[in-house]
Amino acid sequence: MAAIVEIDDVKKVYDGGFAALKGVTLDIEEGEILALLGPNGAGKTTLISTICGIARPSSGSIRVGGHDVVSDFRAARSLVGLVPQEVNLEPFEKVWNTVRFSRGLFGRPKDDVMIEKILRQLSLWDKKDTAIRALSGGMKRRVLIAKALSHEPRVLFLDEPTAGVDVELRRDMWEIVAGLKADGVTIILTTHYIEEAEAIADRIGVINKGQLLLVEDKDALMTRMGQKRLRIDLQERVSEIPASLGEFELERTESGEALIYTYDTRAERTGIAKLMAAMSAAGLVLRDLQTSQNSLEDIFVGLVHEPEDAA
Amino acid sequence: MNWQAVKSIYFFEMARFFRTLMQSFISPVISTSLYFVVFGAAIGSRIEEVEGVSYGAFIVPGLIMLSVITQAISNASFGIYFPKFIGTIYELLSAPINFLEIVMGYVGAAATKAMFIGLVILGTAALFVDLSIQHPIAMLAFLVLTCVSFSLFGFIIGIWAGNFEQLQLVPLLVVTPLVFLGGSFYSISMLPDAWQTVALFNPVVYLISGFRWAFFGMADVPIGLSLMAIAVFTGLCVGAIWWIFKTGWKIRN
Repeated sequence: MAAIVEIDDVKKVYDGGFAALKGVTLDIEEGEILALLGPNGAGKTTLISTICGIARPSSGSIRVGGHDVVSDFRAARSLVGLVPQEVNLEPFEKVWNTVRFSRGLFGRPKDDVMIEKILRQLSLWDKKDTAIRALSGGMKRRVLIAKALSHEPRVLFLDEPTAGVDVELRRDMWEIVAGLKADGVTIILTTHYIEEAEAIADRIGVINKGQLLLVEDKDALMTRMGQKRLRIDLQERVSEIPASLGEFELERTESGEALIYTYDTRAERTGIAKLMAAMSAAGLVLRDLQTSQNSLEDIFVGLVHEPEDAA
Repeated sequence: MNWQAVKSIYFFEMARFFRTLMQSFISPVISTSLYFVVFGAAIGSRIEEVEGVSYGAFIVPGLIMLSVITQAISNASFGIYFPKFIGTIYELLSAPINFLEIVMGYVGAAATKAMFIGLVILGTAALFVDLSIQHPIAMLAFLVLTCVSFSLFGFIIGIWAGNFEQLQLVPLLVVTPLVFLGGSFYSISMLPDAWQTVALFNPVVYLISGFRWAFFGMADVPIGLSLMAIAVFTGLCVGAIWWIFKTGWKIRN
């Protein structure tokens, strides 16, 4: 598939001198759901803002559908819908008016049938004549999505769509996103909830301190995540791993008081029983056992902290 | 040109005005009536005529200008400050529109509202005094130009303002004194010589003088000078707005 958003070495330095983006390069494929994971202040929102035209990149280029976001901003922005992180809505406006306004702002001709469809899809139809201040927080978020969809964008940016949202609404939101993907909309969402990225994304990008640390297919990440570690504490320290245990590819802790076995939980056989038998045959006596999961969170935390340790 | 966007902004802004139509209508009617009671009746009874025009009628152009200028500034500054304040400006910045379209939408709506108020005041004034307008087309043209130029000025204030206090600051500290000292309620020729010279540095003098000429064929300064003054002022505002959008000052990082 072709890239619909091409980000090439984009840097963003704010007036105060703060470098929010330090050279981000990323291609977003048409039709995919990309989740950008990162802690607060990582640069997720800045990246989205530079793509959508709210901030200007200090250097580098961004193209949407082949159109440069600065020199050919009309064509680029026409393709993009943005659901901001903050619930920014005019409190006194009615839902219907504000959604229609958004469509007009993007230069699309009036199409009440389309707007009705969007409002129904987002379960907002019976609230269409309600003033926004009278809506619940979750409903307001839906209005933001409706506004972004009103001009039929091909790329939709969702900046922290489920921050501070209850579990039920989060599920609804995921369903909405799945529905949009089915309609062929490319979706980029930022989140700091790892489960969210796991639940809906095709690809996951990890961003921290203005740098994109990793972009990988979720499935590949999940495989890495599916690995578990079994730590076997021994009664007596070993100076080396017995040759008879070679097939298990064990690791020995530095002091030799424990051995570590890595296995795939999704494999048909984990090999644990076999290992135990082999160990007892080798005359090793166990003192304790503990397992730990190599989660996306570990990968994430590892990535996010590495540069700090190196510095 | 994204006309659809201009139209959307314009009607969205006008909808806010129509929601509060009664307030928009009643307040200028009441304030105009009060001005007539205070200035027309109390002071006018001592002044009688200014250069052949009854004092009551003489103050009508100034009264209209006073309200139109204040309204244009407050409508336009609030119109663009509000999205900044509540955050909905993100949508304007991410939409496929350029500065000209944003300005046309917001300034167009603010100018229309100010124009409406101006006409309401004119109508109210006609109930109190005998009004004849010698140059109706020039009168309308002056009114439109004033509405547009001061809406542009208000737009700049709205972009500049960082809080509600600043939003009030310029109209209160600069515009109101300039308008009051601009000959709304008197002819510049009634001032001592030294003050007449000072008054010529007040841009509003040229506006009110030109507008009054359209009504009564009399003016403090030549009509050509009035036209030039308003053209220069409009040009300065347009230039400032063009610079604001080019640099993204206070709106785009």
